[in-house]
Formats: sequence, structure tokens, C-alpha cells
Amino acid sequence: MPALRYAMIDVVVLFFLLGVFARLVKSDLRLPEALYETLSIYLLLAIGLKGGIELSKQPLAALAPQVAACMALGFAIPFLLYPVGRALRLGGADAAALAAHYGSVSVVTYAVASAALAREGIAHESHAALWVAVMEAPGLVAGILLARWSARRAAAGGGAGEGARSGWGTLAHDVLFGKSVLLLLGGLAIGAVAGEAGTAPIQAVFIDPFKGVLALFLLELGLVAGGRLAEVRRFGAAVLVIGLGAPPLLALAGGAVGVGLGLSTGGVALLATLAASASYIAAPTAMRIAVPQANAALSITAALGITFPFNIVVGIPLYIALAQRWTAA
Amino acid sequence: MTLAKFPKTLLVIVAEAAIEKKLVHDVRERGAQGWTLTEVSGAGRGSVREGAWEADRTIELKVICDEAVADAIAAHVLATYAPHYSVAMYFSAVAVLRPERF
Repeated sequence: MPALRYAMIDVVVLFFLLGVFARLVKSDLRLPEALYETLSIYLLLAIGLKGGIELSKQPLAALAPQVAACMALGFAIPFLLYPVGRALRLGGADAAALAAHYGSVSVVTYAVASAALAREGIAHESHAALWVAVMEAPGLVAGILLARWSARRAAAGGGAGEGARSGWGTLAHDVLFGKSVLLLLGGLAIGAVAGEAGTAPIQAVFIDPFKGVLALFLLELGLVAGGRLAEVRRFGAAVLVIGLGAPPLLALAGGAVGVGLGLSTGGVALLATLAASASYIAAPTAMRIAVPQANAALSITAALGITFPFNIVVGIPLYIALAQRWTAA
Repeated sequence: MTLAKFPKTLLVIVAEAAIEKKLVHDVRERGAQGWTLTEVSGAGRGSVREGAWEADRTIELKVICDEAVADAIAAHVLATYAPHYSVAMYFSAVAVLRPERF
């Protein structure tokens, strides 16, 4: 169907839509928990490995500005979103936690974007997985800072609860050694050490079937996101406005940083996608611990129920078009 | 033959998996010698917790201990976590064979 091709709907996105559909019609379809876990471990390792193989081909020092810029971008995003959340009448803790979800990134959104780039034949920096790894944490830290600042401003005393006071040490440990960053960085390191030749024997598992596994994972995420859609009504306009409005605007910011770094067209598109994406795995867990007074369902509904589907269906083609325009010259 | 049985208290804590590590730490710190942890799903007054993906899991933590220890754990959990997290707790009387293990 030429129409589908034109709209750049990737085949993996169709699996996601199937999952959403299954959920909406109340199908009994459900992926076993163990499979979900296996798929997510596979995806993180495979993304890391792919990036690592490319990393082995270039000097590491040249990447420092990119890493710094990515971290700064992730850290800045919550500060942009927090006032928007407040203006939409969210409480301080809710606005901060929600902002943190957008400051952090979604690995699967990244994977869908890089699959779309590959399909369109647009080259990108193949070490981009490194950006994903370093963008996971800064947004979470910024969100927690905002939550504490707003709690302190709201009242000198008050029931912040033990969670709010629990140390940065625990948080740092959970983020740095949590599954996603550990596997991404671990994959990068293995790929970088082993290089193209060293990883050749495992290509058949980790590189070639990647897209099929991604499709299966998206089917599961479609089921989860479909369940969240019903929640949108509960939270009203604020969630919709941020869920749909934030991604394109943040993509502009991410794209601008990418152009500033002199990235390729694909690189600009990926950085725009990363900026636009919202974390729905690392961020909910971290925020639940660090900002317990925030309503977790609100952030997850925005990140997974609205922003994730928006990004993979509508957003990514837009960000690629934006990158093509900005880097054409 | 009747076995010699000793009374103990079983405390069951059903809570968000997000606080699993803290709960286990707190339970040990207050004198429980062991615990059993399982992943569960269900619904309560506030919400359905079906554990559809990893940020949405629910755990059941079972602790068998002396009544005083169970009370101390429950009081702590109620004060510390119940305000902001989904938590349900209940007690029951159980009998054990080797009391020194609990």
C-alpha cells in the first residue's frame, strides 16, 4: 500500500496498534511476564551492542561534547515543563514528577525511530545508543530537585514522608545500576571491546532479529498503553495538553541541540525523538520512590497512554521531516 | 503423636513493588528473621493493580514473627508508607514447629 509507505508507518507500529486494539476490545491477549522481561533485556542489550560496535571505530574524546549536550538537554527539559504543569493547575509534586518523565527518555521510542531511519535509508551516528544511556538519569534528578523545591516552598513543615527524604545515594544506585542503564552501557562496553569481528558470532541473535523482537515488545506495550487510554478521562485536560503538546515542542529543542552539535540528518532526528520521548519504565519507578506524594497514574497516563503512541505513530515521521529540513543546505 | 506447636503471628503486607527493598530492610531491622515474597495482582478500593508491566507491580510480603515484632513492623509501615503508597496489611495467628527460627 503506497499510502502507508508515504505516511512512514513502520511495520512495528502496526503491532503496537494491534496491541491497543486488543486491549480496547477487551481481548484476553496477554504476554507472559517472563517474556516481557526477556524482550526488554534483549532490546536494551541489542541497542547497546549495536552502538558499541560503532563506538569501537572512533575516538572516545570526540564524543564528550555530545554526551555533555545530551545530559544538559535531559536536565533542562523538566525545568521547561514544570511551569507548564503548574499553569495547568497540577500540584507541585505532580508537575515535577510528570516533568521528570519527559526529561528522561524512552528506549523503545528511540528503537522505533532508528528503525524508521534505517527503513528510509537515512544515515545516523551509529553510537547514538550512548545518548540514550546518558539521557536517562539527568531528567530524573531535575524532577526530584523540582519536587523538593516545590515542597519546601509550599510549607516549611508538612508530611513529606520518609520517601521524600531518602538519600541521593539510593537514587543514584538505582538509576546507574538499574536494569536499563546497566544493560545499555554494558552492551555498549561489550560492543566497543569486542568490535565488529568479536561480535560477529552473536550477530544472528542480537543484531538480525532485532526488529522482530521490537515488534513483539510493541504488541505488549500496545496492550499496556491501551489500558491507560481509559484513564485519560480521569485526569482531564492537563494530561492531554502535556501529552500531545510537549513532544513536538521538545523535539524542536532536541533538534536544535542536534543541529548545534553538527549531527547528521538521522542524528538530529534521533535527538529530537529522544527529547520528545517520555520514560515509562525508569521514571515511574524512580519517582515513586523519590516523590511518593505525586500521583503516579497521572504521569504514566501522559507518558505511556498519550505521548508514546503519539510519538511512534505521528511524532517520529514529523521529527524525521524536521531533521531533513534543518540539515538540508 | 501430637507435634509440639508454638504460637506466632503471621503479618502479610501487600504493597507496591516500588517499596519492596525498603520493606524488606525495615522488616529485618525490626527483628523479623525471615520473610517470603511473592508477586501478586489484584484490586482495592482505590485502583486495580493488575501488574501489567514492570512499573506497576504489586508484592505480597509474609512475615512470621512474635506479635510484638509484627506490631512494630505494621506501625512503622502504616506511618511511613501508607500515606503515599498502596498498602494493605493483615495479621493472623499461626503455629510453628521451631519457634527459634522466627
